[in-house]
Amino acid sequence: MLDRIAAVMVKELRQLARDRLTFGMIVGIPLMQMLLFGYAINFDVRDLRAAVVDDARSSGSRSFVAALEASGVVRFAAPSAGVPDLMRRMSAGEISVGIYIPPDFERRVLERSRPVAQLLVDGSEPMVDSVARGLASVPLPRRDGLYGSDTPTFELRTEYNPERRTAVQIVPALIGVILNMTMVIFTAAAVVRERERGNLELLITTPIRSWELMAGKLLPYVGIGLVQVTLVLTVGSALFDVPVNGSLADLYLAALLFIAATLTLGLVISTLARTQFQAFQLAFFTMLPSILLSGFMFPFDGMPKAAQWLAQVLPLTHFNDLARGIVLRGAPITDLGRPALKLLAFLCVTLAIATLRFRKRLD
Amino acid sequence: MSTQPAIVASGLTRRFGKLTAVDGVDLVIPRAGIYGFLGPNGSGKSTTIRMLCGLLDPSAGTVEVLGHQMPRDAERLRRQLGYMTQRFSLWDDLTVHENLEFMARIFGFDATERRRRIGELSEEYGLGPLMKQRAGTMSGGQRQRLALAAATLHRPELLLLDEPTSAVDPQSRRDFWESLFDLVDRGTTILVSTHYMDEAERCHRLAILAEGRLVAEGPPRQLMHDIPAAVVEIEAEDVRAARGALDGDPQVLSVAQLGTRLHALLERDTPDAAGHVSGRLRRAGVTAAVHAVDASLEDVFVASTGFRRNASLPTAH
Repeated sequence: MLDRIAAVMVKELRQLARDRLTFGMIVGIPLMQMLLFGYAINFDVRDLRAAVVDDARSSGSRSFVAALEASGVVRFAAPSAGVPDLMRRMSAGEISVGIYIPPDFERRVLERSRPVAQLLVDGSEPMVDSVARGLASVPLPRRDGLYGSDTPTFELRTEYNPERRTAVQIVPALIGVILNMTMVIFTAAAVVRERERGNLELLITTPIRSWELMAGKLLPYVGIGLVQVTLVLTVGSALFDVPVNGSLADLYLAALLFIAATLTLGLVISTLARTQFQAFQLAFFTMLPSILLSGFMFPFDGMPKAAQWLAQVLPLTHFNDLARGIVLRGAPITDLGRPALKLLAFLCVTLAIATLRFRKRLD
Repeated sequence: MSTQPAIVASGLTRRFGKLTAVDGVDLVIPRAGIYGFLGPNGSGKSTTIRMLCGLLDPSAGTVEVLGHQMPRDAERLRRQLGYMTQRFSLWDDLTVHENLEFMARIFGFDATERRRRIGELSEEYGLGPLMKQRAGTMSGGQRQRLALAAATLHRPELLLLDEPTSAVDPQSRRDFWESLFDLVDRGTTILVSTHYMDEAERCHRLAILAEGRLVAEGPPRQLMHDIPAAVVEIEAEDVRAARGALDGDPQVLSVAQLGTRLHALLERDTPDAAGHVSGRLRRAGVTAAVHAVDASLEDVFVASTGFRRNASLPTAH
């Protein structure tokens, strides 16, 4: 029994080592995603292109514009003559933010009862809206004694990620996204490929049992998944200074649970797909909701109830909870019982489905 | 070894949705011989073989293979059964040695047994120089030798071969059949499906399948002898005219052209079949040499598969 499982494992690893494309994907996907999400995708938006229509033309309005530019959030292009021109430039995609300073700017500043200026924001681009809204709270240029004190209402303190760097939030969750992507595709493809090439027809007539075949095929990928976790953590720490605040053992335990869950998901897909192409399609079909709904990119609490329910059946949602909890908040896995149990439940259900569906038969 | 038949099937039927691929086939396959399945594509050869080795469940009927009830005891049969699929189903990206090693481990050979058995097989099937070559880079004949080596690795009592020679050159086919006879000499029962007449003729017994039914069964010689038709060979200068002259004759069941000759199959009870044909040709003004000949296996094949449909239309008894 063990020898048969070992035989399948050796065979899988040999084939994997010879399949340069898949082998490249094992290392390539994590690296590419790390660089992509770590550098290119940055939620701290800066240097938004902006233009101003300054109908006040006063020293107050000029120092107001200077204060906005000094915040670093906007970078001003040539000023516009009027609001219609501002709108045209926004619709042409030249600018994302437009600022209109009315002729009675100085009076509004003194009266403090009406907004002093208007901010036009391009709502078609993600993130721009919320960032530009932040601009609205930029303090007015101060002239001592004139405007009174500008004590902020709240003092904001961001726990676990004081510098508010996107990479710190992204990297732990990226472990899950990368594992989800590669594990589901690799297992589904590895099983379907044997069916497609007729190997399975031969294997069925040998004494190997289906669970031995499955175990032998999946175990190498458990190892590969752990290698990927290590890779993401190493690169995350080397390039983006992402700390691991919790225990590494807990993190690997959580990763192991998640790997098992994604492998069985891949196995279920392999019982549904007839060809490798179908397997890829199905894997992709599960990928997209995972990335969008798991709380990887968008905060979970802002989603409609239906999306939140859907997210509950995605293993990535629960792994993200675990990974962020362990890596950033330094929580021991024992304090994260809920997501861990949900992940375990997902594993049991998919394993049952896969076992029921995968039989040693051709039909 | 017991003298019980290797395979006994009765009323074996398999339906795929509305299509009946195998329809009430009865088989008794004796041990230590080569039993052939002859039939056109889609006649149910592969489906029957797949039911015999437990890959497919029959829709109806019973099968006993080496004394095991199928598909119930399929797992117990695994060690006694070797199966070679229609397409090469070992691993292209593994070497010959790795493929054999993998299969040997699946069959539970320990390291010393593995080394000895793979050595024997490499000798027997001339795989020695290919051991380090990947299966995907080998020729059709080499791949087939590897597939046969893998199928016989665990010395099965019964070997099921599904169109094993469809992608192989004639010399490799001859060598392959030599290997099969060697295996039979050692007591192996072989079931082979084919659509080559020369291969069918080499079998000890033959079953001809058409549209999922068993239409003829027996040793090839006997089948040729018992052909339910009279066979007449016609040599004519104008083969097409001769053929035209025989069209529509109620006694003529089928006419097949073999180069410059025609083979006509006539109703078996036709008195003086050759005379009947030459009379008809003379009346049509076609000069031809006509003589009765012994049936070839191809005639048997045509007689039992080809004209069943055609003949039933005009004669409607």
